[in-house]
Amino acid sequence: MTSTVDTPADATRPAPPSGLLTVARAPGWVRYALLAAGLIAALWLPNGLYPAVAVDILCWALFAVAVDLLLGFTGLMSFGHAAFWGASAYVTGLVAIHAGLPFPAAVLAGALAAAVLAVPIGYLAVKRTGIYFAMVTLAFAQMVYYVANEWRSVTRGENGLQGVPRSLFGLDLSDDYYFYYAMLPIVLLGLAAAWRIVHSPFGRVLVGIRDNPARARALGYPVHRYKLTAFVLSGFIAGLGGGLFAVGHRFVSLDVLHWTTSGKAVVVVVLGGIGTLWGGVLGAALVVRLEDWLSFSNFEAIGLVTGGIFVLVVLLFRRGIWGSAEALARRWWTSRKR
Amino acid sequence: MTGFLQNTFNGLVSGAFYALLALGLAVIFGMLRVVNFAHGAFYMLGAFGAYVLLTEAGVPFWAALVIVPVGLGLLGMALERAFIHRLTRLDPLYNFLLTFGLTLILQDLVKLRYGVQSSPYATPSALGGSVNLGLFDFPTYRVFILGFAVLVCVAVWWLLSHTRLGMVVRAATERPELTRAFGINVGRWVTPVFGFGIGLAGLAGVLAAPMRAVNPLMGADLIIVVFAVVVIGGLGSIFGSVAAGFGIGLVQAWGEAYLSDFPIVSQTVVFVVMAVVLLWRPAGLFGREEAPA
Repeated sequence: MTSTVDTPADATRPAPPSGLLTVARAPGWVRYALLAAGLIAALWLPNGLYPAVAVDILCWALFAVAVDLLLGFTGLMSFGHAAFWGASAYVTGLVAIHAGLPFPAAVLAGALAAAVLAVPIGYLAVKRTGIYFAMVTLAFAQMVYYVANEWRSVTRGENGLQGVPRSLFGLDLSDDYYFYYAMLPIVLLGLAAAWRIVHSPFGRVLVGIRDNPARARALGYPVHRYKLTAFVLSGFIAGLGGGLFAVGHRFVSLDVLHWTTSGKAVVVVVLGGIGTLWGGVLGAALVVRLEDWLSFSNFEAIGLVTGGIFVLVVLLFRRGIWGSAEALARRWWTSRKR
Repeated sequence: MTGFLQNTFNGLVSGAFYALLALGLAVIFGMLRVVNFAHGAFYMLGAFGAYVLLTEAGVPFWAALVIVPVGLGLLGMALERAFIHRLTRLDPLYNFLLTFGLTLILQDLVKLRYGVQSSPYATPSALGGSVNLGLFDFPTYRVFILGFAVLVCVAVWWLLSHTRLGMVVRAATERPELTRAFGINVGRWVTPVFGFGIGLAGLAGVLAAPMRAVNPLMGADLIIVVFAVVVIGGLGSIFGSVAAGFGIGLVQAWGEAYLSDFPIVSQTVVFVVMAVVLLWRPAGLFGREEAPA
């Protein structure tokens, strides 16, 4: 973490072309309007959907933003982020059950545990790049899954942790509708933290590493340490989502650690748009809503649909929703100026 | 001593499956720079193919051993032409994601048709019972698997090192641009090589059918262990992938036998080995360093 403090001022250097900066270049009123629309949508959400689905959307939004922080802004595709999401879910659940703390404290404990777990995994994983990074993170996440599966005295194995309480200073949060508003501030804080990281000098260095690692190293940046820091921060944010997911469902099962969960997080990011940050939020809303609708209509082969969407998105729609919208808006903007 | 040999033998047998799968992954990666997430799903399809041929058409094991890998190889070639081919010029991550999507689809298709329970597949009668190789009785079928897998690995090695086809594939793996410049049509070999790698996965699946439970998720967790195996061996190295496959099989079997109080050891030892290899030789035991990053 110390490396982030003494980052040389880098803002004067011409920035690399990336999705990140096009958002910053949009006129101020557009950005404020989008922010206002997002906040209104977040406040309205549980009135338009089942509150339980809205809770899931918020958790997955954090998860997707965490994955995009690595994939979109550091150029590292983690295919093992279920390790942090799931580890935090278990730790949050255990803390909430045994210590009886208010749920934000339990979630914070879970997210910190996820960040601690991210240190050794990240340390080893950043030794490789590209496709190898994906395979290594996937493998370590599977190891965490096996450990959780065997460590039955703590994780209850296949039965899962049941009865995770939603305590908050005696408030009655048993209704998902009220719980949604109780967790919303934590989610917004997490999203704001991700935005702050991306738009800090530290975030600029990450993008520089993504676009040209050799040059970043030649400029004197400790590339591995930057990647590791990004990995740990991402693990923490994913952990916030996982902890809230545990409290939201009042139940933690081994599914939270399975590789399909890691894969789904990447699906959500690609659908929303890699390197767009908020695209992941949209992707999360769509995928969670769709899965809910499918299971509601008793359609059992959910993988068939998510897999199919994934194949189509990767083949035909690689910019994702946010990326495509951004490109359209930019074209409209420049044509108007002429 | 007998116990040790028995454990070693069992380790080599499960290593044979890792080796066959890692070999297919490595061949595909070498030619296409694609890490095929769906490799485990094709292994599962191989086992299901044998099962379906036997139960619905009465095709015996020996015929399935030929028909299923060829059929899956053709299916793989079709998928390569239809999808994977379109993404090979992009970052390899896109094909990783694409094949991840294909995995979910293939698994769920089989699940829809056959459910999630395991289906039994009888060991072919010629390979039932056991053989005595001096020290103790080996189950005949396992001896067959081990011998067959070693034979396949040697055959692939011979194909790559002693034939003109192998020369082209190796050249295209090392320096695709230069190979093209010599007037060799590299693109012509991409699809067959992909099909060949898928065929190997299918072959491993047919071999697994009588020994392991045939169910739609049998390849799901296996493929991740195989990923760790190829990271250990070095994905660019054919020999490394095969050697790491057998090696991990051995270590797992020994762990299972001598640390049976800690079942977690044999499940996670492959990932611990991977961590050590990443610390010591990040490019894998037999791999070469990729471009610095």
